[in-house]
Amino acid sequence: MRLVVDLNRCQGYAQCAFLAPDVFAMHGDEGLLYDPQAEEAQRERVAQAVAACPVQAILVDELDLAATPAGAAATAGAGDAKGASDG
Amino acid sequence: MADTALEQLKRSGKIVVVGASLAGLRAAETMREKGFAGSLTLIGDEPYEPYDRPPLSKQVLLGKGDAEHTALPRRRAIDAEWRLGVAASGLDMAARKVLLADGEEVPYDRLLIATGVRARAWPNEAERELDGVFTLRTREDGAALARSLNAGPRRVLVIGAGFTGSEIASACRERGLEVTVAERGDAPLVGALGGVIGAVAAELHRENGVDLRTGIMVTGLEGDATGRVRAAHLSDGTTLECDVVVASLGAQRNTEWLTGSGLGAGPRGIACDAGCRAFDIRGIVTDDVYVAGDVARSPHALFGYQFLSLEHWGNAVAQADTAAHNMLSESTDRRPHLWVPAFWSSQFGVNIKSVGVPSMGTEIMITQGSRAERRFTGVYGYQGRVIGAVTFDNSRWLQFYEQQIEATAPFPPPFTTVDRRSDGQRPIPADFPDPSVPTHGPTITLSGYSPADRRITFTPAGH
Ligand SMILES: Cc1cc2nc3c(=O)[nH]c(=O)nc-3n(C[C@H](O)[C@H](O)[C@H](O)COP(=O)(O)OP(=O)(O)OC[C@H]3O[C@@H](n4cnc5c(N)ncnc54)[C@H](O)[C@@H]3O)c2cc1C
Ligand code: SF4
Repeated sequence: MRLVVDLNRCQGYAQCAFLAPDVFAMHGDEGLLYDPQAEEAQRERVAQAVAACPVQAILVDELDLAATPAGAAATAGAGDAKGASDG
Repeated sequence: MADTALEQLKRSGKIVVVGASLAGLRAAETMREKGFAGSLTLIGDEPYEPYDRPPLSKQVLLGKGDAEHTALPRRRAIDAEWRLGVAASGLDMAARKVLLADGEEVPYDRLLIATGVRARAWPNEAERELDGVFTLRTREDGAALARSLNAGPRRVLVIGAGFTGSEIASACRERGLEVTVAERGDAPLVGALGGVIGAVAAELHRENGVDLRTGIMVTGLEGDATGRVRAAHLSDGTTLECDVVVASLGAQRNTEWLTGSGLGAGPRGIACDAGCRAFDIRGIVTDDVYVAGDVARSPHALFGYQFLSLEHWGNAVAQADTAAHNMLSESTDRRPHLWVPAFWSSQFGVNIKSVGVPSMGTEIMITQGSRAERRFTGVYGYQGRVIGAVTFDNSRWLQFYEQQIEATAPFPPPFTTVDRRSDGQRPIPADFPDPSVPTHGPTITLSGYSPADRRITFTPAGH
């Protein structure tokens, strides 16, 4: 599960670090570190963090995309990538 | 409804995006959200799907995330044809075709250019080839540098103390590695935030055990018999032993591929109007070529219509969204990109954020907290108005100052309700270096003519 936090928006409220401590952690008083590719097993907790973030700073892959190998082209070599579709 | 050209474009047109990273991906998503049903092609010279760069100098160097695992999440499926691992090598505007390095041509009805910037390499070619010499921009760079830090080098040398250089130094210290930072300017971050804040940044480095050397240039790197870097020569005549060197010298815009295309593109980026439409070299706005992200330079009403180039994550997202919207809109429905610049960094455990254009500021006033505590807000003034703000571990105040900037509020701020400690009594000169003396560079480049400038510099072609 891929995720990104818009750290311009993030205000360090630490809700996410509380709800999904294996994915989000405070670093210093205000900084946030997160795992951009969290384990699938964390999905439930991450979803809670997304919902709880007061400034909606967390973006997670759209749910139906998770099932498909989105951007499969990416793992292929340069030449093979040509013409691939991410459907 | 009549079958207008726009309806037809939306139904069966061809849109090509060059630069398959943050701006390119977000623009593609917006196009689909707006109902674009035609063919969408994303061309990217890196062999990977779009990934996020900020973690490369943070999580990845701290060993808390892999460079390979920073692919960006998708807001939605974009049903695109991906042409990854192949660079665009030219543009034929008359025939509306992008030329690829592998000889193919990709026709378009609308083109979005989002080719970003690349790290400025260490200038000496032989020295930059030495083992252990790095730059940090790409996923590969991040993975390679993290590996070399894992190996436990005896000393790392970071050349250039901008945001990226400072974050690298911070990660090294957090891992307990010895690190020297060599900076040509008088302090870290001076290009972006000025000397008053630079002095705080310098103390942060030193308190955290960085061997910070300012006002110094690295004059050469030296390798051992196996081609591995072993030492650096400094302008004060000293030699420093080091086994990892990271050149953190700022960025160069990826515009060379547009040479001769007739587009208004050069070393300072691609000029576009506030609606992201690119200018050609005659200064005439194009109808079908749009620009977004780090490679763009566009005029901003809040900052005297100066052309701004921003190397900011949030700008890439916002500008991509505006460009995609405008590409699919009638001229009367287009929106300007008037995003207030905003940036974050995290180093030595301190969360640093800025809004507006601090580097335009001539004065600064500490309005909250104190520099000694490393927790404060600094507000920048320019010609009697608030033009920018920076916070160190005080980010909840930033939004307030963003509103002040948007409202062109007076400087110094007149309010009395905020916390005023010893630092905060009066404005002091912000102390930016002379812009004609290059440092690692700010993350905002003011590149347009301003009437206040009374200077015009001629930039010859080539890079
Ligand atoms: C280490 C690091 C840390 C950062 N930290 C922060 C931060 O803390 N906060 C913040 O606000 N910003 C940060 N940034 C900046 C942020 O990542 C950029 O602003 C953002 O990536 C810009 O996105 P972009 O899509 O415009 O350009 P890029 O991400 O540079 O993407 C451009 C893409 O186009 C490709 N390309 C170039 N030329 C061609 C061609 N001819 N043909 C095909 N493809 C081409 C490039 O290879 C690249 O993949 C950081 C950047 C780096 C490198
Ligand atoms: S909950 Fe949101 S605002 Fe709070 S730390 Fe997490 S991302 Fe930031």
